[in-house]
Order: sequence, then C-alpha cells, then structure tokens
Amino acid sequence: MNAPEELHYTPDHEWVRAEEGGARIGITDFAQDALGDVVYVQLPTVGTTVAKGDTIGEIESTKSVSEVYAPLSGEIVAVNSDLAAAPQHLNEDPYGEGWICAIAASAPDELESLLNAEKYRELTAT
Amino acid sequence: MTGDASRRAPGGRAASAPLMGKATEPTIFEYSAPGRRAWSLRTTGLPEWSAEELVPAAHLRAEPLALPEVAERDLVGHFTRLSHRQYSVDLGAYPLGSCTMKYNPKVCDEAASLAAFRDVHPATPPVGAQGWLQVLVELEEALCEITGMAAATLQPAAGAAGELTGLLLMRAWHELAGERRTRVVVPESAHGTNPASVTLGGYTPVTVGTDARGLVDRAALAAVLGPDVAGIVLTNPNTLGLFEEEILEIAQMVHDVGGLLYYDGANLNPILGVVRPGDMGFDIVHLNLHKTFATPHGGGGPGAGPVAVSQRLVDLLPGPRPVRVGDGYGFATPPRSIGRIHSFHGNALVLLRAWCYIKLNGGEGLRRVAQVSVLNANWLHEKLRGAYDFPFDRPVMHECVVSAASLKRETGVRALDVAKRLLEEGFHAPTVYFPLVVEESLMIEPTETESPETVAALAEALVSIAAEARAHAAAGEHQPAHDAPRTTPVGRLDETRAARKLVATFDARERPAD
Repeated sequence: MNAPEELHYTPDHEWVRAEEGGARIGITDFAQDALGDVVYVQLPTVGTTVAKGDTIGEIESTKSVSEVYAPLSGEIVAVNSDLAAAPQHLNEDPYGEGWICAIAASAPDELESLLNAEKYRELTAT
Repeated sequence: MTGDASRRAPGGRAASAPLMGKATEPTIFEYSAPGRRAWSLRTTGLPEWSAEELVPAAHLRAEPLALPEVAERDLVGHFTRLSHRQYSVDLGAYPLGSCTMKYNPKVCDEAASLAAFRDVHPATPPVGAQGWLQVLVELEEALCEITGMAAATLQPAAGAAGELTGLLLMRAWHELAGERRTRVVVPESAHGTNPASVTLGGYTPVTVGTDARGLVDRAALAAVLGPDVAGIVLTNPNTLGLFEEEILEIAQMVHDVGGLLYYDGANLNPILGVVRPGDMGFDIVHLNLHKTFATPHGGGGPGAGPVAVSQRLVDLLPGPRPVRVGDGYGFATPPRSIGRIHSFHGNALVLLRAWCYIKLNGGEGLRRVAQVSVLNANWLHEKLRGAYDFPFDRPVMHECVVSAASLKRETGVRALDVAKRLLEEGFHAPTVYFPLVVEESLMIEPTETESPETVAALAEALVSIAAEARAHAAAGEHQPAHDAPRTTPVGRLDETRAARKLVATFDARERPAD
C-alpha cells in the first residue's frame, strides 16, 4: 500500500499534510482499499472547532459506513466540496484530489504524536 | 458438480429453478394502455357518477394520475413472472448469517388462514375473541419461559420496533428513578442495527471492542462504564457466532453501575431450550419471531418483535396486554406503561404462526432446533478450513464467520465475488462484509432446517469456488467469479454506480417515444 514519506498518519487511517494556513486531511490508500468503492462523503462544516479524535465526517462505501476522526485539534478552514459530486476521488487519488478537509491546528504539537510513514506501513502490513 | 449434487440436496439447491429466458421484465407502467382495466362494475347494476359530479372543482386533479392501466391477465402475468425471478426460503437454502432465514412450516400458514382467526376484527370485545386472546396469552407465557423473563409485550412490529421498545423501557426505568443517563454501550460484535436503535432511543452509543477471542473486551468495557451508562445492548451468541462466555461477569459489571442489560434476540436460535437470557442477567429481551420462530421474513413479512422483561420492569410494558381473567381472557394496561407501540395487538397473524411453531415443536423440539442449528454451522465451518481463513478458530454457535482475505490476496477474488458465484451454484449468498471487524468476511448460517445433504452441497460449492479461483490465478486466467452470476435472470449489478447515481423512482412520462 502506498503511504507517502512526507505525510503523518493516525492508527485510524487518516493522513495529515502540514501546510501553510492549515493541515490537509484525508484517508489513506489502505483505508480506501479496505472500504471499497466510496459512494458518499459527509464533510464537516467550515468554521467548526474540533478536538483531536472528534468525528468530523462519514464515508459510505458499497460495503460499510465509516467515521472520519480529527487527527488534530483546531478549526476546519476548508473542505473538499468536489467530493459531493465525485466521491470516487477518495478511491482514485486518496492523497491528492481525494483530500477531505483542512484544519488550522490549535495545538501544532499534536502532529508529533502521529505516526510517520514507516510506522504506518508497519501497522498496516499483514 | 450440479448434476449429482442437486439430487443429493433436494431441499437446498435451487440450480434447477425454472426460467423461461433472460429477457428483462418491463415495469408495470410500460405495459399500460389507455383505458385498459383489470376490473369492471358493468354487471353490478349500480349507477355511475363521474368525478366532476362528486368532487368540487377546486379539489379535482387537472391531469389524471399516471397509474398503470392493465388487464387482469397482464397484471397477473407480470407479477407471476417477477415472483419466479425471486429467490426465497421455499426455493432453496438461504444461509444468510445474522438474520436466521429458515424454512417456514406450512402448517403454521394454514392455521393463520383459518377464517376463525383471520376474520376476527381486532376491535372485537374480549368476550367475542377468547380464542385469539388465549393464543396471545399462551404465546407470551411460552416466550417468557423460553427467555426466562417475567412478562412480555407482543406489540412491536419487528426487530427494530422491538429494539426501540426495549430502549424506551430502559429510559422509562431510569427516569422513574429520577436519573437521566445518556450513554448505552454497544459492543462491536453486537447486531448491526443496535447503534441506530440506541440513537433513535435518545442515547449516545459507546462502542466496546472485541478481544483476540472474538468476545467482548472486558477491560475496555470496564473503562467506559459509569453512572451515566443506561445499559448495554448485547447479542449472545454475538455477531461472530460466538457465545459470550463471560456474560455473568459482564452482567455484574453493568448492574454494578446501575445499568440494564438488553438482549438482542437476533441470535436466539442456537440457545433455545438450552440457556435463557433471563438466567444470564438480562433485564430486557427482544425476540424476532420471523427469525427464531420460523414466521415469514423479509419481503414475505410482516415480522413480529415481542419484548420480554424481568419482574422489575413489568409495570412499564406497553399496553393493553392480553391477560388471564378468571377462567377466561381480557386486557389490562400496566400501571406505568410506556404506552402503545403498535395499533391493537401487533401483527397478530404472525404471532399465531409463532404460537403454532412453539406448540408443534414443544420444549424438546425447540431444544433440538438449537442443537441441530449449532451442529450444521460447525460442520459447515470445519469443511471450509483451508479454503477460507478462520479469523476466530473456535467452535461456533448457529453461524460461522470466515474470511476471503487470503483468497483475495492470492487470486483477486473477493468475498463479494464468492457470494455472486455461489448464486450460480443454486444457493442464496451468505452475508458479506459484516461483521466489520473481519476483513472480507463471509457470514454463513445454514440453520437447522437444511438437511445434511444440503449443508454438504453448500460446503462443496464454497470450497470449489475457492479452488476454482486459485486454479485460474495459477494459470494466469481470467476469473469467472468476477463475472458471476452468469446464470441468473439478472447478472452482476453495478452497485457502485447505483449508489453514486441513485434513481429511486420510475416515471412513465419520461419514457422515450417508441
């Protein structure tokens, strides 16, 4: 499974890309493969304040419904509204066009508590 | 494999189901022709009025409703053809885990078709419906004996209604004590509907994981229990088909924080007459008569989801309840009743079928139902060893959960493909991708109603599908399972496209001109 070196990961299979103005969030290649074809994505609302671990969205696939958890605390500053019309981006390009939202982190130190790519690959190796 | 095996599985394999062809059956709207009717009042001698004479102009439609206009012969032909394209428990084995789809004995249907039961209006005063009331009272008593509870309501219409009733009873119990509790614990291995019912009941569901044995993780349970926990919703055996061996300890833990134990009856089948939820410490139990007690299920419903409770909750039950009054029967509403859950007495003809099923089997027969359902599931489980992965390799109860994870990695054939390929072998598919805790899961419940020959044929079909996938992968050939089902009237549906581009209605007016 593809897990880019520069990203941070959670054990719940979210990825975080540290960016100017907000950290971009999505689900990993491993997660999209396990979920199967994604048919619906419920996004958070811009302006919502979230704590690390809060549910910020829901992903429905042909197999199941799964929750997306905030990997960091902060404010939702952007969401990928293209997903409403094109949920398949989550399957086709989970680290690019399939991003879910961006969070302006209120506790940037939390980034250090996430997994690096190597640790995440270990976690998902079978 | 079809020839011999279908002879050896007379009840279960439907590979010979008659089908006239693979043409698509149009919708009833597409058969419509203006003015055609399936009825006529011409010989009744009754006068006719037009709608304009009877209804004020302001309330009349400007355009007629686009209802299908068809002759009786075409109407019957259409629905009969559709019915012949359906799989059903009468047609063959239906090994759908988590849902106990078993054959419904016809004698129960016969009882439910007797005019003496069927033609009694539900508002008939008790004096004119003593037979019906006797059936309802005896059914309640039998269900209480089976579950080890004090009293039951027969009103809930099915499992979901039973779950909601149970949660409303839980809420009423705590409110009576002046407490407002907010959370209900739902183990990962609980029945799939439980978190939704908890939410509908006004509580926040709290998930507790599964340990390496596939049972409730007691350490995780201890961590979430507290004074704000209203109760726990458990299925035992759980959704992995495993018996929660530490149920007495779990009951103690939940009762210690003042919570109630709710038993989801989805998996009652394998413990009938063997152990009782009441003896395990449960306070509220719902039963799915359409699962355990062989009344029609799914599209053939309606169902029935009676809820039985322990002595301390009896006063809260929905009412009015059928009760014994002297030598006869009447109604009584419990003093602190949460109110009605269903009009009149629930789905009474379903309740009657369940009463018949219990009377026909008797206590010993019901125990035998449980034993054979467990035997069939374990026998099937063992036959699948090597072909599929065993996420929890231990004896199962009424159903087994195996995984196609290795098969998928080795061959690209997934649980979904196995299920579709099984249709070609003349069997209904098992449940797939549930429970979520098992990757590529196949959840199979043969039930006690299938003969040893049918269970053998089912096992053989599942094993040969895995072998076929491995052989094709080894030869680098295209996997037939990816195209399955190829023999059914409707082939592989594009479920993804259907979900992404949902069209839930049919409008005849949008039909392109011929």
